[in-house]
Amino acid sequence: MNFDYSDDQKFLKKEARKFLEARCPITSTRSVLDNDSKAFDHKLWREVAEMGWTGAAIPEKWGGTGLGHVELCALAEELGRVIAPIPFASTVYVFAEAILAFGSDAQREALLPGIASGDVIGCLATSEREGVILPEEMSARVVTGKLSGVKIPVTDGDIATYAIVAAQDEAGPGLFVVDMIDEGVVRETIKTLDPTRSAARVEFKDVPCERLGAAGEGAALLSNIFDRAAVLFAFEQVGGADRCLEDATSYAMERYAFGRVIGSYQAIKHKLADIYVQNELARSSAYYGAWALSTDAVELPEAASAARIAGTHAYDFAAKENLHTHGGMGFTWEVDCHLHLRRARQLGLALGGLPHWRERLVRSLERYSTL
Amino acid sequence: MDFKDSPEEAEYRARVRSWLKTNTPTSRINRTIGDEDSQSIAAAKAWQAKKADAGYACTTWPKEWGGAGGTPTESIIFEEEEERLGLGNMATVFTMGLGMCVPTIMAAGNEADKKRFVVPAMRGEEIWCQLFSEPSAGSDVAASRTRAVEADDGSGDWIINGQKVWTSCAHYSDLGLLLVRTDPGVPKHKGLTMFWIDMKSSGIDVRPIHQAAGSSDFNEVFFTDVRVKDSQRVGEIGRGWNVALVTLMNERLSVGGGFGPNWPELMELASRLPGVEGKGSVLQDGGFREKLANWYVAAEGLKLTRLRSQTALSRGQTPGSEASIGKVVSARQTQVLATEALDRLDQYGIVANDDATSIIGGFQQGFFWGAAMRIAGGTDEILKNIIAERVLGLPPEIRLDRDVAFKDISRKI
Ligand SMILES: Cc1cc2nc3c(=O)[nH]c(=O)nc-3n(C[C@H](O)[C@H](O)[C@H](O)COP(=O)(O)OP(=O)(O)OC[C@H]3O[C@@H](n4cnc5c(N)ncnc54)[C@H](O)[C@@H]3O)c2cc1C
Repeated sequence: MNFDYSDDQKFLKKEARKFLEARCPITSTRSVLDNDSKAFDHKLWREVAEMGWTGAAIPEKWGGTGLGHVELCALAEELGRVIAPIPFASTVYVFAEAILAFGSDAQREALLPGIASGDVIGCLATSEREGVILPEEMSARVVTGKLSGVKIPVTDGDIATYAIVAAQDEAGPGLFVVDMIDEGVVRETIKTLDPTRSAARVEFKDVPCERLGAAGEGAALLSNIFDRAAVLFAFEQVGGADRCLEDATSYAMERYAFGRVIGSYQAIKHKLADIYVQNELARSSAYYGAWALSTDAVELPEAASAARIAGTHAYDFAAKENLHTHGGMGFTWEVDCHLHLRRARQLGLALGGLPHWRERLVRSLERYSTL
Repeated sequence: MDFKDSPEEAEYRARVRSWLKTNTPTSRINRTIGDEDSQSIAAAKAWQAKKADAGYACTTWPKEWGGAGGTPTESIIFEEEEERLGLGNMATVFTMGLGMCVPTIMAAGNEADKKRFVVPAMRGEEIWCQLFSEPSAGSDVAASRTRAVEADDGSGDWIINGQKVWTSCAHYSDLGLLLVRTDPGVPKHKGLTMFWIDMKSSGIDVRPIHQAAGSSDFNEVFFTDVRVKDSQRVGEIGRGWNVALVTLMNERLSVGGGFGPNWPELMELASRLPGVEGKGSVLQDGGFREKLANWYVAAEGLKLTRLRSQTALSRGQTPGSEASIGKVVSARQTQVLATEALDRLDQYGIVANDDATSIIGGFQQGFFWGAAMRIAGGTDEILKNIIAERVLGLPPEIRLDRDVAFKDISRKI
């Protein structure tokens, strides 16, 4: 048993932090925020790919560095801290993981090297309407190898080169890989609460597609893809939440009111202590999730749900209270608090909101108690 | 990161399991803290001695002091296996000694005291209590007023007068760790000294206090001209506060867990109670399920956080104030879960169930003891101050008494 990063992983994390501090200052995120036509920071994307981050969990035979999942978690934590404006989550945590887990060898060979090199940007398209949608309720259809339907919102759907789309065919719900560079793909960038990440409405009109995994197994595949991604998302959330705590703490040490720093008031101290507690609990759950993910443990469903719930809760809470600690300054566009508030929501919704995850968790607990 | 046993750990676990299988005591303690009687204490002592013989008591303590010299992981494994068999609360009467007082002796006591106390405590032969809090010194325990003055007969002995309060287990303890004021002429943190004391010494009067939960586990302890030897001093004169901090830090590590039934029991209860509309069970109720998920996440998060501190320990790092997280979360959760259980029993929730080993009886105990846990060993507010100041580096509370000689501090009791 060992419940921490190894020394090598800590070193990787430290190097990643140094790199991101230099190459992904908040001005990088803001350049995407303030420019509607800029979907992501291309230069940063190229650089992280060159360093092997996009292929961290991809085996060497498919062009990756084969470092492993815990290493990828360490990188995710650092990317989360800096609110990185790149399609890393959609491409690496979701798309690459899905291809790795369920792709045929041909699909892996065709797609994974491109992800490792940064040429492929991937996305996952499931949502079609307001509210939770189950795979068997989806109206996207595949008929004789051609996909039709509308997905909204699709994170990074406007810039992706490939997509995994949840749709139904004669076997029931399934997942399908689509080359987005097809004239039947009509995409339109949409405005979201977090402009530092891109999203689109994507319409598929008779677009050729290829099945991912077994026929009719869409629901089970999707559930596993969500679990795997949830763990990686949780590390971004923990990274972001820790950063919020640091920002709030340092502001509380500088700002004076009534003749003393606001950090000396107990209401502020206890608020920050509460954030610390939530962050540490979220970190512990994320670590357990990392273990479950990296070892393909049977505990992955509960571990992932717990990491997701704790991570979403911690980042949302830290982002809100960080803004509040900054007072009026916190509510300005200039100060970065709202960037975390936005990213916390983006990460908290992209894989489905908490009510959905809480239900998933209780279902897996019920399975255990009836065994 | 590895949450599974290594081959050596798996082997250790297998050994523990087979040992527990043949040695598990037949008479369990079906009681909660605060409700011990001579029979349950005898059972606890017998179990502790058996574990000590087999090297399973105080697994991580060094061999030279009678411990097993094991790793923190081995101690976790043993605890987990004990817990699985429902033996988790067999050792609560020893918490004060093994978790707090004796580690303080090991850190700050003299060699003779270590030789004298470590092994008997580990074997469960001697029970310790912690004599820190006073009527006017609880959160502010450095304001202790119980006085120790040097005897005027040249013996070097100390004469103690004053009163401690809320002293758990004092009525059946053999020994106590006692914080006293030796110099009221200096600021409060500087005039304290620590002693160990034989609870059978003449001049000590222990009076049980009837508690809110109904039982009487903590006490008032009065000291009238109690004579102690200077050799009973733990640490230097005037350094009692530093010694007390060792105790308090260990306390936070050892009382991290929650109290009584937790989410699995609540889930079980919910599966057999009818839902609000009279249809289905509580467990099928969406509102309940959301809360259950959150409680599971918090409980598992705490367990894992504790394991993380053990990893830090096994890498030679000292656990810091992050150990305070455990109690802040679990004490409140005990209270909240218990309230939910009673709510879901609806009108029937008010009907007392005296069997503390039953789920409902356990939650009813938890309803009261959750309140106690939020106070004992540092209140929620004090623990949050500690996190804010020692972990996050925020400024200390404004204090009006810090640099004033203790005798000149103005106060109202
Ligand atoms: C079940 C139980 C067992 C105990 N066992 C022992 C034992 O074995 N040995 C022992 O020595 N003691 C023991 N105690 C005592 C315990 O440590 C004290 O009760 C506790 O530290 C609080 O002190 P107090 O009771 O004087 O409350 P106070 O310090 O008077 O606190 C009253 C309220 O004021 C708040 N408060 C105080 N200071 C601050 C501050 N700076 N900022 C914000 N809020 C503040 C507190 O949080 C609390 O809510 C036990 C207590 C309980 C309930």
